[in-house]
Amino acid sequence: MTARERAAGTVANYVDERTGAAKWLKKNLTKVFPDHWSFMLGEIALYSFIILLLSGTFLTFWFDPSQREVLYQGDYQPLSGIKMSAAYASTLHISFDIRGGLLMRQIHHWAALLFMAAIVVHLLRVFFTGAFRKPREFNWIIGVGLLTLGIVEGFLGYSLPDDLLSGTGIRIAEAIIQAMPIVGSYIAFFAFDGLFPGEAFIPRIFTVHVLLLPGIFLALITAHLMLVWYQKHTQYPGPGRTEKNIVGYPLMPVYMAKAGGFFFIVFGVTAFLSAVASINPIWLYGPYTPAQVSAGSQPDWYMGWLDGLVRMFPPIETHAFGHTLSWNILIPGVIIPGILFTGMALYPFIESWITGDKREHHLLDRPRNVPNRTALGVMALTFTTVALLNGGNDIIAIQFNLSINQIMWFSRIGILVLPPIAFVITKRICLSLQRADRDLVLHGRETGRLLRLPHGEFVEVHEPISPERAWTLTQHEQPNPLVLNPVDDHGVRRPGTLLNKLRARMSRAATEQVAKPNGEDLKEIEHH
Amino acid sequence: MSQEIERLTDPGLPEHVHRKADSDPVAAKRAERQVAILFGLSAIGTILFIVSYIYIPLNIFVFLPILGSTNAHQLFLGLGLTFSMFFIGIGAIQWAKTLMPDNEVIAERHEFRSADEDRSDFIATVKERAGAAGLGRRSLIKRSLGLSLGLVGLSPLLLLRDLGPLPGKQLETTNWASGVRLVTDPGNRPIKPSDLEVGAVAQVLPQLPAGQERTLNSIAKDALLLIRLRPEDFQLSPERLSWTHEGIIAFSKICTHMGCAVALYEQQTKHLLCPCHQSTFDVPRAAKLIFGPAARPLPQLAITVDSEGYLVAKQGFTEPVGPSFWERSS
Repeated sequence: MTARERAAGTVANYVDERTGAAKWLKKNLTKVFPDHWSFMLGEIALYSFIILLLSGTFLTFWFDPSQREVLYQGDYQPLSGIKMSAAYASTLHISFDIRGGLLMRQIHHWAALLFMAAIVVHLLRVFFTGAFRKPREFNWIIGVGLLTLGIVEGFLGYSLPDDLLSGTGIRIAEAIIQAMPIVGSYIAFFAFDGLFPGEAFIPRIFTVHVLLLPGIFLALITAHLMLVWYQKHTQYPGPGRTEKNIVGYPLMPVYMAKAGGFFFIVFGVTAFLSAVASINPIWLYGPYTPAQVSAGSQPDWYMGWLDGLVRMFPPIETHAFGHTLSWNILIPGVIIPGILFTGMALYPFIESWITGDKREHHLLDRPRNVPNRTALGVMALTFTTVALLNGGNDIIAIQFNLSINQIMWFSRIGILVLPPIAFVITKRICLSLQRADRDLVLHGRETGRLLRLPHGEFVEVHEPISPERAWTLTQHEQPNPLVLNPVDDHGVRRPGTLLNKLRARMSRAATEQVAKPNGEDLKEIEHH
Repeated sequence: MSQEIERLTDPGLPEHVHRKADSDPVAAKRAERQVAILFGLSAIGTILFIVSYIYIPLNIFVFLPILGSTNAHQLFLGLGLTFSMFFIGIGAIQWAKTLMPDNEVIAERHEFRSADEDRSDFIATVKERAGAAGLGRRSLIKRSLGLSLGLVGLSPLLLLRDLGPLPGKQLETTNWASGVRLVTDPGNRPIKPSDLEVGAVAQVLPQLPAGQERTLNSIAKDALLLIRLRPEDFQLSPERLSWTHEGIIAFSKICTHMGCAVALYEQQTKHLLCPCHQSTFDVPRAAKLIFGPAARPLPQLAITVDSEGYLVAKQGFTEPVGPSFWERSS
């Protein structure tokens, strides 16, 4: 036994005698993680969060979350002698006087953008592969919660410097609060300690941004990871992979090295972006004053779709009985996002209700094999993309020399017309891909080699695909639509006939598919 | 559930393909060197970071193609950090990919559902324990507990009451009133109609009584746009026309949609555009909305001149300025 082994043994003994962790640790250090590039998306979100905690802590050492008015006398000449809030002045101080301060600010902002992007792409991966199905519905809901909180946290974060752009964003948020029926102006006055802008909101959102929300984030992320750990990761279908097993690399050492190394890569890429690509140059915007605004005011991208919805909504307001209801704010700013996020959170339950499938699933779906879900996802994406584009309509108009009014009209019509079209097209593409898979399994792969037969006919030589490939293309289930007769087996009328009809109709749509090849088909072909 | 069709058979996990470094000691040694070089690059990055921190002053700018003028201190600090982080990651992954065992391992999954007897045991235990508490029998306790738990949530809510004052009429009032002078912002100078040429636009605020500080809160309600047109360009009702003075018309600068400053004036078309959500207002027609999401025109302020010839408000705003709220009556 070498000295090193002896030392390791002593430590292990020390820990185990106090915790009894040997068995648990042994089991978990050899825990198996499947390997796939798309499983790194959630990791990017996690690592960006860690980067956010580190860089954010650094920023708090100098940031002064106060709206106390100060006269700027720092190094940045263009703003010298201008009245501004202490928050804005301290952000300038971080950017110009603290070594590495600007870098950290940019790392914090880039990491936030990356965090949100990684969450969204991770969510799309989970959605399109059906990873949210039983038993992972809770984790899906936690994920939707993290996305929602991430949007809020990001918005509060870029509102803190109290520059002209961020103040404009807060003004819009205040208008949304104020538009709420009955309680709106009260909540707005409570939130801002009186009239907008007041002197309270920066210190208040600072506490929420650095304490309350990060605390909730930590709790939710911990729960999210513990569930992944406990329920084990899903895996893509393939030879040797079943619902009952998990194929991959053990945590120690391979997965540790890969995942740990990946943290440094994410940090490195964030640092690179922050070193070369300027982001949120608040010194160019100037301090906030409610009477000014810069042209081309844009929120960060994850708020852009909301801004786009607000921009495109027609000017509808109701005045009745001495009261005002601003539909032009409430519908795009509150009601539509509310419906989208609630629908997203409930989707696993809706799908399982439609399909009647209450079993556990650990093998992921190939998106083409579930055309309805894939089409629904693309439809939702199309909706948000049109909204997001409209959120940048002023920038697009300038860059491409277009009329802003035409872009707005395109969005207004497009947001209603394009999503259904996207649904239909996606579903057709999925079914075509299923047909292509079927062809591939039955007739093999096209080799590109042409053969001239003795009687002059040209044929292309097909080569059978490997059994592994054939299995991957055919392992999925092809469920039949639910049969929900208005009268059940005992001759009793089912309650809720209309709901049943709807469910059966949706189930029919959800099970529309191209029959996958089976053993019989293959045998038949061999006889030809 | 699923159609009973004969599936193709699962051929099982493919054969493990050996890597070069698994069998060839030379290749393994080479891989080890590669990993070491990558880690070494990271160390160089850290040195670059330290050197940049100490020796590059904060005020040196370098010109880079595409990126433009960049602060050298933060650029090299960032590049140092990039190298030091990135190459640790690349090194670790190269290590895992070339030298660590790459045999795929199969582990079993178990259904999460507990065994039937455990489940019934659990239910029985819960029933028995709950029965011991007697919650089902003692409905008075149950109801009073429900009541107190429901009420206890009110206390933290009530504690939030002092976050701010009640709105009262504050959303509906501004500092504009009859005879209040219009002063430039910035500058605080009173202005005469002759200060504005036709086609000009100016941002003004109400002159405050001596000794009163101007706050952002007041600017957020008081900000006013003055625009001078040729008088014949107006298409106004006689009343609104009387609110203008020598072709000068005054509007609240705060957008009636979401409160942004309506800051863009197109001289050719005489349109006011809000840069936030593109609501477009037609100045000659009393800022009637011609495009975008705002539901109301910008409130117009009646102006005239005082005895010294300076522009003053004829009266306060006749409606609340800024975005809508529930208590707004029109």
